Amino acid sequence: MAQKVLMKGNEAVAEAAIRAGCRLYFAYPITPQSELIEYMAKMMPKVNGTFIQAESEVAAINMIYGASGCGRRAMTSSSSPGISLKQEGISYIAGAKLPAVIVNVQRGGPGLGDIQPSQGDYFQATKGGGHGDYRVIVLAPNSVQEFADMAADAFDLADKYRNPVMILADGLLGQMMEPVEFKIAKTDQEIEELNKQHYDWCMRPNVDGEERHHHEINSLELDPNVLEKHVLSLNETYKKIEQNETSHEEYNINEDNEIFCVAFGTASRIVKSAITELKKKGHNVGLIRPRTVWPFPSEAINRAITGKVRKILVFELNLGQMVEDVQLSVNGKVPVDFMGRVGGIVFTPDEVIKKIQESL
Amino acid sequence: MKAEIICSGFGGQGVLTIGKFLAQAAMKEGKNVSWLPSYGPEMRGGTANVSVVISDEEIASPLVSKPNILVALNQPSLDKFGPETQKGGVILVNTDMTPNKLPREDVDIVNAPMSSIAIECGSTKVLNMVSIGLVIGKTKIVKFETIEQDLKEFLELKNPQLLSANMEALKRGMDFFKE
Repeated sequence: MAQKVLMKGNEAVAEAAIRAGCRLYFAYPITPQSELIEYMAKMMPKVNGTFIQAESEVAAINMIYGASGCGRRAMTSSSSPGISLKQEGISYIAGAKLPAVIVNVQRGGPGLGDIQPSQGDYFQATKGGGHGDYRVIVLAPNSVQEFADMAADAFDLADKYRNPVMILADGLLGQMMEPVEFKIAKTDQEIEELNKQHYDWCMRPNVDGEERHHHEINSLELDPNVLEKHVLSLNETYKKIEQNETSHEEYNINEDNEIFCVAFGTASRIVKSAITELKKKGHNVGLIRPRTVWPFPSEAINRAITGKVRKILVFELNLGQMVEDVQLSVNGKVPVDFMGRVGGIVFTPDEVIKKIQESL
Repeated sequence: MKAEIICSGFGGQGVLTIGKFLAQAAMKEGKNVSWLPSYGPEMRGGTANVSVVISDEEIASPLVSKPNILVALNQPSLDKFGPETQKGGVILVNTDMTPNKLPREDVDIVNAPMSSIAIECGSTKVLNMVSIGLVIGKTKIVKFETIEQDLKEFLELKNPQLLSANMEALKRGMDFFKE
């Protein structure tokens, strides 16, 4: 078994990305994710990778566009305001059917906001963010270990569906240190094999003796009939992703729950603490934690509404952006209530306990 | 067992490092740990603090609002976190930088002139090692040997000439309770 190391989330996700075969990383610094770019700056040269501190977030995402177009595992990262700047490029990448990994270590907004943890980019991440009918797979870690694990998952999913994948973390996960255990790093040969799997669509030079190939990487299509077909085919991919890749964790979900909570990322940890405390006092409250926020674990939430459940409580570090998705999952069966903090403030277990107790 | 620790002081006193060494040692001893710094426009001379949780159980919330171990290296830290410390908790106070005492009798307060001890060991820079020595001397939260080994590994790479002063500081902190 590999040894556990104590590491910040920002550094752990960078290390895990390198181990997963990422050799191209382009970004622009911003708090609270700067340790990620710092780690990449230090480590990329050591693995014959390329690190570029781009002149802006817009430049960085377009470098990713180019790198992905060449069939390589490429990643960028930023925090909320910087992710907003990247949205145009993300839409292009989705439109051009390219894999890419984007890490968002969220901070308080709107605007420049502050640099404390927030989940205020849920709508942006899960509903599109950029223009056009497209989806980004959104993974929501709640520990440093999962943050690292999801880097490898993100690259695999991006390759599998040729679609951008976002890891939606926040300032707390980025700054916090926890023990983390890494997967074995991919060898140069394994990375070459991964690259070759993209040879049927990516930009690459002809190999000696090979028949000439013609690949286009493009998101422009002026013929409405052709574009409609393309968008519909993208939609088929999204349906497959919804069927196959939805993921969630259940904590204390059982037949006797009268109330259960829904929370993701950092918020879910505070809620878990609150539920454990309530359990000691004899209260039986469950938690469903979406691990993917798009696709959203609607079925799991709906399934958990057994006869006794009379209320669902959503906890987020925003003003209720996930509530709509929960309501759609619940489909009117039971009321959905909400509590959140904004501005970079993280609620305490006591605040969550108080909110749950109002409904007990 | 669950220790909820806050280490707090001026930026530059090494409070984040106190937390890191404690968390790392506890991890090596098989405990679950989390380390969460206050971050922001922090600077030397400003205030800084770190929340460390060490537990046998899985750690859900890494936030510490009511510590059971507080290391207060200056007055603002004692004023801010002293009243929040759990009943029966331990507060380690650097008396060199805290002219005003904390008016509480339901906590175990250890008054130690940490800055002076650090200077006796050779440098104010080893103040954080004095603090770690005090924490483990008082609470036995991690073994001295684990910290000792981590410190050696860390400084041999970074700054070998500072090892003896740091080791001395760590021991002086430990031995404070024998004096």
